[in-house]
Amino acid sequence: MIGAELTSEAERSARHVAGQRLFERLFRGTTLAMAILVLLVLGGVAVSLVHGAWPALSRFKLAFIVRQVWNPVTDEYGALGAIYGTLVTSLIALVFAVPISFGIAVFLTELAPAWLKRPVGVAIELLAAVPSIIFGIWGLFVFAPLLQQYAQPWIIDTLGSIPGIGALFQGPPFGIGVLTAGIVLAIMIIPFISAVMRDVFETVPDVLKESGYGLGATTWEVVWQVVVPYSRAGMVGGIMLGLGRALGETMAVTFVIGNAHDIYASLLAPGTTISATIANEFTEATTALYRSSLIALGALLFLITFSVIAAARLMLLRLGRRALPSA
Amino acid sequence: MRRRTIRRLKNVAALGLSAAATLIGLAFLGAILWTLFAEGLSGFSVSLFTQMTPPPGSSGGGLLNAIYGSVILTLLGISMGAPVGVLAGTYLAEYGRSSRLSTAVRFINDVLLSAPSIIIGLFAYELVVAPMGHFSAISGALALAIIAMPVIVRTTEDMLTLVPQGMKDASTALGAYPWRTIVSVAYPAARSGMVTGLLLAVARISGESAPLLFTALNNQFWSTNLREPIANLPVVIFTFALSPYQNWQQLAWSAALLITLTILVLSIIARIAVSRLSPGGRRG
Repeated sequence: MIGAELTSEAERSARHVAGQRLFERLFRGTTLAMAILVLLVLGGVAVSLVHGAWPALSRFKLAFIVRQVWNPVTDEYGALGAIYGTLVTSLIALVFAVPISFGIAVFLTELAPAWLKRPVGVAIELLAAVPSIIFGIWGLFVFAPLLQQYAQPWIIDTLGSIPGIGALFQGPPFGIGVLTAGIVLAIMIIPFISAVMRDVFETVPDVLKESGYGLGATTWEVVWQVVVPYSRAGMVGGIMLGLGRALGETMAVTFVIGNAHDIYASLLAPGTTISATIANEFTEATTALYRSSLIALGALLFLITFSVIAAARLMLLRLGRRALPSA
Repeated sequence: MRRRTIRRLKNVAALGLSAAATLIGLAFLGAILWTLFAEGLSGFSVSLFTQMTPPPGSSGGGLLNAIYGSVILTLLGISMGAPVGVLAGTYLAEYGRSSRLSTAVRFINDVLLSAPSIIIGLFAYELVVAPMGHFSAISGALALAIIAMPVIVRTTEDMLTLVPQGMKDASTALGAYPWRTIVSVAYPAARSGMVTGLLLAVARISGESAPLLFTALNNQFWSTNLREPIANLPVVIFTFALSPYQNWQQLAWSAALLITLTILVLSIIARIAVSRLSPGGRRG
């Protein structure tokens, strides 16, 4: 009687253990599968883009990248205008965003009193949460008219008359155009770059900074000669992360760049970017070749941003994951 | 003596410039919010939430179908992206913390986190829209899910890593299998951080417009069919803002204010939740 009870007890516990083991295997397997799915998604993106771009790439070959033609009527497509616009707007964005982001990071880590740090930091981060399309309508209806009325006439009068670089700043003040798109992009990437810079500045050991102060250095000298050299790799990583954002940014640029496939010498002239072209024309693409050319543009953008982002992440990875921003 | 003065002046100038840079950043946030309130608030009325988007040339109208569509797309996107994100994050934090696969997944996930959303839209187009032959709500939700997923993977892993090892060891010592420890100990301990991740992901995808342009598209009418195009606030803003009709433009501004407020409130709630969780977990 007692023996039988013991056996059933042992059986039950054996069954329990077996159940637990099975569940453990299932749970572990599911989490593993989902982790692999993350890899597959990126692979799927690459494969689907190449697949979609294939008709255009096999028709135009490598000339697709270097030809400056975009003519849906004759079904002739080349990406040069869009590539040019993408690179130039992103460079303009960096020119404006890097110094300002650096200033913000210095302010937040070295200058701001403790009670001000968090609210200001959060406010700058909130700028990153504002959707791209909001920057677009604000840029088109508020910012571009302001530039057109006040800044651009001044730029044309002063910078435009300098021999050499003057060609970059000539022509009528449209308001919208490559320069405006670059500035709006700058506003959008400031929060990303300044967040990374702030985080890497915070990783500088206090003892290094204290040594600087102990030698009688001013705050600025400590920043420039201790903090910046120590965090150089992280700063470059943050800047490239911002560059990756700027290259792929779509809606804001679509509103303010003017959507012209031609390449003008002047930065005040309208242009287009890869992402703006796709956003504007994809639903209107009537022929298969037109659509495939747009997807080929997307594949190019993927290639460019992937390299930039991957390089940025690798640089930041060396600093340890703590220095990485979450968004 | 003179050298010291120059150094001091340089210091004041540099720090002054950095404060000015911060003011510039804040000024842009202020300018955008001010514009949204100035232009959008006047359009806030009952009809905004009770009427459909108007056809071209007619007066009045509201955003009911677009609000509904945006909510549906966001919820669908999150409900597809969250399980994948949470489970993948669990693998990274608990099972394969230092495996080679995890290093690769982390890296790819970080790349996906910063990938242009329009590329994700093209992927969803190739995957769903092209085979189906027409635009659909479900393809838009898929694109949003792929954008939400990396955010959730990242926060889940970060938050689970913060759970003290001692708590997990205690559970293991009681004879619990790892899955039981994760579900009954680690998840509850990391709950508020994981909820924050979800909120941030919702905030991120609810304002996305680029990937919806060629997936969910837009719909002038009330539609609950996931196989058909569906109206949504971002695409309505895009279409209406660039239209010549005055009431359409007004609706675009109101939609812009509505969506921005929602996202900012979500982001602020998420940050408050994280700062309560732990002083070190400030960045969620």
